[in-house]
Amino acid sequence: MKYVDEFRDGDLARRLARTIAAEADPRREYRLMEFCGGHTHAIHRYGVADLMPPNLRFVHGPGCPVCVLPMARIDEAIAMTSEHGVTLCTYGDLMRVPASERRSLLKAKAAGADIRMIYSTQDALACARRDPARQVVLFAIGFETTTPPTAVALQSARAEGLRNFSVFCNHVLTPPALAGILSSSGPGGVQIDGILGPSHVSTVIGSNAYAFVPDRFGKPLVIAGFEPLDVMQSTLMLVRQINQGRCVIENQYTRAVTPAGNRKARALIAATMTVRERFEWRGLGWLPASAMRIADAYADLDAEQRFPVAAGSGREVRGCECPSVLRGVLEPTDCKLFGVVCTPENPMGACMVSSEGACAAYWSYGRFRQPRKTARAGAAA
Amino acid sequence: MSDQDQPTPPPRRFTARLDLRQGSVDMSHGSGGRAMAQLIEQLFRRHLDNPWLAAGNDQACVLPPPGRLAVSTDGHVVAPLFFPGGDIGSLAVHGTVNDIAMAGARPLYLTASFILEEGLPLADLDRIVASMAAAAAAAGVSVIAGDTKVVERGHGDGCFISTTGIGVIPDGITISGERAVPGDAILVSGYLGDHGVAILSRRENLGFETEITSDSMALHDLVAAMLAAVPDLHCLRDPTRGGLATSLNELALQSGVGMQIREAALPVRPAVAAACELLGLDPLYVANEGKLIAICPAPQAATLLAAMRAHPKGRDAAIIGEVVADPHHFVQMETRFGGQRIVDWLAGEQLPRIC
Repeated sequence: MKYVDEFRDGDLARRLARTIAAEADPRREYRLMEFCGGHTHAIHRYGVADLMPPNLRFVHGPGCPVCVLPMARIDEAIAMTSEHGVTLCTYGDLMRVPASERRSLLKAKAAGADIRMIYSTQDALACARRDPARQVVLFAIGFETTTPPTAVALQSARAEGLRNFSVFCNHVLTPPALAGILSSSGPGGVQIDGILGPSHVSTVIGSNAYAFVPDRFGKPLVIAGFEPLDVMQSTLMLVRQINQGRCVIENQYTRAVTPAGNRKARALIAATMTVRERFEWRGLGWLPASAMRIADAYADLDAEQRFPVAAGSGREVRGCECPSVLRGVLEPTDCKLFGVVCTPENPMGACMVSSEGACAAYWSYGRFRQPRKTARAGAAA
Repeated sequence: MSDQDQPTPPPRRFTARLDLRQGSVDMSHGSGGRAMAQLIEQLFRRHLDNPWLAAGNDQACVLPPPGRLAVSTDGHVVAPLFFPGGDIGSLAVHGTVNDIAMAGARPLYLTASFILEEGLPLADLDRIVASMAAAAAAAGVSVIAGDTKVVERGHGDGCFISTTGIGVIPDGITISGERAVPGDAILVSGYLGDHGVAILSRRENLGFETEITSDSMALHDLVAAMLAAVPDLHCLRDPTRGGLATSLNELALQSGVGMQIREAALPVRPAVAAACELLGLDPLYVANEGKLIAICPAPQAATLLAAMRAHPKGRDAAIIGEVVADPHHFVQMETRFGGQRIVDWLAGEQLPRIC
């Protein structure tokens, strides 16, 4: 697989691991927050953490779109199907996310709701075109990466005059979440020495969008791709910044990210959506100006207006530590429910659902490690 | 094709031939009346012809062969019904033949139960049954009994086929999922994930272009060649739904052992890896319909590998890891990076990731 295998080369990984181990100062700790679920996934799937020196630790960030979506929004989506009989189209890993009262989209579907898994917003449009008698609602979630396709869907629906299509908009913004985490860091909160910054999100918003991280919070940030070698190279760049006492934005993911980002995509978003006053994030609470809603000019395609429902209760399962895990304050294994009543088969919290969720990644790829064989430990050291 | 509900009367004439070009299945084809008899005679029996079906009884009578019998049953509900490299008809034969073959058995007979949805074009049904007959003939088995039911439109997905197979196990062969012991070698017979990716490529909402075709095929002859080389095979399993990862977890649990595999040793076609990358799937969990996992004592692994590679259906076989002692019964994989990851049971359906 060209353009992919190059970034998964085992020999290069071992060389990078040796360099990181050689340069990391044994007298200090390196607590690096990987912002995105994509990073978490790569770290666990490829065993990157095994290759790091013991004083370097990855702290999981909130960048898993299904994990930060508050339960109440899923409650509301389910209510749209039951109260208004709409067809709900959504991305795959949202299906199993727990809603209140141990419900989920998957269970609602089994109980008769018309909920369909889609791969792209175009599938939702096609669904609406095929069946003009049905009201099709796109349950749109995700960070800035998945927002432009929703904007395109809104414009297409408008241009075609599709009357049975609307969008339940839950798109969220990365910089306010990052600011939210960093404001709560420090004593009692999460300890972070540097940040592996979003990769796909940054292709849209550009590296300039993170200037506040070193300026306001004094933390270095390296925009890191999602392949395992990207993560490792970015880790080395952060180690070097920390060692040299530098604190700037650096871009490891230069093959895709520019300082200004994708202007066309941002223009699409600006034309169809506006920033909400505030939005609730799972784990981070209500954050001001942290999410998008449908712009007034497209209000007729806004599912929240077309199919009003009561605000969801969003009652979390007692004991679920997803909120703390999402802030990086706790490790998944610190949660009392982890692996006991909360497993991927029967998730209590959203972090156990998506393979990008920190709990699911811990469970699937590393909940138990055999004592490493001498040869491998030697190679990693 | 005999039918359990309806004794077949003596030969009869039908006023018009079954319209295999324009016609479609309707409720009368399952009602036990003349229309059903015509469907059985002019479609099923025409393709699957053999003395047992021709006898027209409610049951097929066979002489039990000497030795232990292997019996297996399997329901097939694939969508779409026709896919690159096969269709539900051939799949219904291969799936059950392979389940029988995984005991080291030589498959002898199949029975088939069809659940048809009202409105299924008879041309499609004809194609499915013809394909089933060809697959059965190629595998050397006869479809000796069957049943047809029709459900109302919207209550089925075109066509469901359940097949039951009977085979005979040669003396001295004891292959079973609980026989893996620490130190054993783990082999696979070829490239992983072809079937699942071929199916996905034809799903209406994906429709990506790929040259990958399903690997659907009967494996009993490969198994026979393997047993000739290494009679003391410990376990065989065909990694269908849930893929390699699921089958290895099943075997680990059954045998009370752990498994250690190497990512670098897994045979995955670049096109399958690319499709999985694009769709956010893991090839370890993607279905196969013509591959097997074999576990044998380590000293015989090289002999077994050579025997598999000498057979056309095992040309791309590989040794992928070994059985280890592990009270947790985990399947672990050494990644290309030299790190370790757990290859877990699949939780629910494999769902694509959003990012």
